[in-house]
Amino acid sequence: MRHVTSLRIGSIGFRVGSDWSAPIAVLRDLYRDYPGAEDGIPDFNVHLFAARPWRRLVRPSVHIGGDFVIPDAAPLPLAQGLLAAEMGMNLQMALGQRRYLLLHASAVERDGRALLMTGQSGAGKSTLAALLMARGWRLMGDEFALVDPATGLIHGFPRLVSLKNEAIGVMERALPNGRFGPALEGTPKGRIRHLVPDASAIAAMAEPARPALILFPSYGFEPAERPVLPSECFVRLTQASTNYVALGERGFDALTGLVRSVPAHAIDYPDTATALTQVERLWGVL
Amino acid sequence: MGGAVNPAALLAAALRDPASVLALDPPGWTALLAVARAEQLIGTLAHRVQGLAIPPAAARVLEDARASAEQGRVAALWEAEMARRALAGIGIPVVLLKGTAYAAAGLAAGTGRSIGDLDILVPRGRIGEAEAALLAAGWEWVKPDPYDDTYYRRWMHELPPLIHRERDRMIDVHHTILPLTARITPDADALLADSVALGNGLGVLAPMDMICHAAAHLFADGDLAGGMRNLWDIHCLIGEFGTEGLEARAARHGLASAVRRAARQANDLYGTPIPESWCVWDSVDPLYRRRLLARDGWGRPAHRFTRLGFYIRSHWLRMPPGLLVRHLWTKWRKAHVPG
Amino acid sequence: MTLYRAAAPATLRIVPLDALTLIYHRASGITHVVDAPVPEILDALADGPLSGEALLAALAERFDLADPDPLALAVRLDELAAAGLVERLCAM
Repeated sequence: MRHVTSLRIGSIGFRVGSDWSAPIAVLRDLYRDYPGAEDGIPDFNVHLFAARPWRRLVRPSVHIGGDFVIPDAAPLPLAQGLLAAEMGMNLQMALGQRRYLLLHASAVERDGRALLMTGQSGAGKSTLAALLMARGWRLMGDEFALVDPATGLIHGFPRLVSLKNEAIGVMERALPNGRFGPALEGTPKGRIRHLVPDASAIAAMAEPARPALILFPSYGFEPAERPVLPSECFVRLTQASTNYVALGERGFDALTGLVRSVPAHAIDYPDTATALTQVERLWGVL
Repeated sequence: MGGAVNPAALLAAALRDPASVLALDPPGWTALLAVARAEQLIGTLAHRVQGLAIPPAAARVLEDARASAEQGRVAALWEAEMARRALAGIGIPVVLLKGTAYAAAGLAAGTGRSIGDLDILVPRGRIGEAEAALLAAGWEWVKPDPYDDTYYRRWMHELPPLIHRERDRMIDVHHTILPLTARITPDADALLADSVALGNGLGVLAPMDMICHAAAHLFADGDLAGGMRNLWDIHCLIGEFGTEGLEARAARHGLASAVRRAARQANDLYGTPIPESWCVWDSVDPLYRRRLLARDGWGRPAHRFTRLGFYIRSHWLRMPPGLLVRHLWTKWRKAHVPG
Repeated sequence: MTLYRAAAPATLRIVPLDALTLIYHRASGITHVVDAPVPEILDALADGPLSGEALLAALAERFDLADPDPLALAVRLDELAAAGLVERLCAM
């Protein structure tokens, strides 16, 4: 691991190592305003490695390693090294996070209260969160929201926002002065471009917020809304969590507390402008 | 990292003498935690250093590991209980093996230990009934056609692996512990006859048998994967029960040399109290030690020794075919769940 | 005669929600999402094991069931045994 960097996202520290300099250079650049791991001791390690020494140079192929790994994961080409690093960090969170209940949800904050948006890939939670950030909300995270079982507060994970395909153009137009990473073509999920969270998101990354609203957005439908009862919310959120079971009773407390105290709605939307209107209205009547 | 200190040696030192971690700098801590995770000893480490004035970031990682190990313990003991319920109806007593046994019996070896699959020992003559009862209670075969695997059944010391349909947890049903040579096989009847009842319908092996089993397990896999944890188990068991009667018991199971080697390796790594005469090293012990401690600062396996591999491999050629099958089976299993 | 024993009340965290009841079983770490008559069955068994008939009678009386069905109860008990919330005891 000749090339190494340390970075902290929210309250989680990572050490990322690589057999190649390029992915580390990109990470250092895009995460330049982020602090390093607290006390110099990371919570998780990720390393990007070549399967054989000569594969560092010949048809370089990046394998993702770390404290927690999935066996037989497919490697990525070196040009997508940034993506490999991101996937590595995601994997540590998904498989190794034990302090907080981890939800696959985006989160934004206003006035100390958090809005959570959760759903399957493609439902739009990342894009909506980024658009809300462009409108002045504090971005807490586009992919993971963390629930503290002890307090019920939401802790953010403001990594680089991962934009895919059409969402890239949407955000480039919404944030003409935004900091974007390199455009990555031909990834397993299509075109990907990363957006660096804005200064207020980075500055407040360690500040939790009280959850106030949970939304289940669905993209590509006629506009509709319906309230989601706690029982349905609970079941859907267990599906949206990778570590609910591992947390045991603490996870049970965190999730039952969340669904019993925070209203939830499902929203269907045909386009982001409609969704943003729905969001602002539902937030306004809290 | 403190220069060229082997990070695995750092872990051994930390377990052996917890106060030694107070001298670690951040890179040292980083490497220690990475290796502890890789060796599945981070929960154990967390317990060993509990209460010491360590950096907050390290304390949080270790607290999470401690909580994780505790939840794993609950799940493992539950698997044992469900197996007991499935087999109680036909009167087969469940003797627990390895991590689950240590946890169920409240042994030092179980403190903070990460536990994988459930391993149990049943009488060979009743293994067919045990299999049927487990299948009826919701377990199913991991491999699609185990009945074609008559070869496996005839030679192996365990059933093909079963996984519970709802809980998604595996159980390995053994009728003996692994033989290390073709000539002498462990005395399975003695293992069962001398097992210790825990009073809740579950049993564990007698202490000296537990040590024999751990040693057999350590050397059965030529890679010595999980060796540091295995030796820590042995260190704890010897610390708790001593070595009286161990040599004789090991000889009965044909495991005398494995137990002696495991004991002296544990003594070297962790300071396990063993008779002076047992501390003498042979020419291969340094190779074993080096293999056990082969980790880099990222927790990755380092310098694979082809020389040691050849040494072990030469043994395989003298072993019955069943053990080769087990070796291959274990390789496949490793992809499934860490043991 | 077969008796049914429920998990001890101290091992169960029961949280009724709107349409469903959540049960966190401490001994197993498993969260069960259940509906009637599961909480009622567990409650009826809280004071000690009962046979299938005794349990049916207790439920019928408490909930004023018009036509208590032993087969339906047996099926529920099988499910609960598989889930680990109830244990089947065979009195020898």
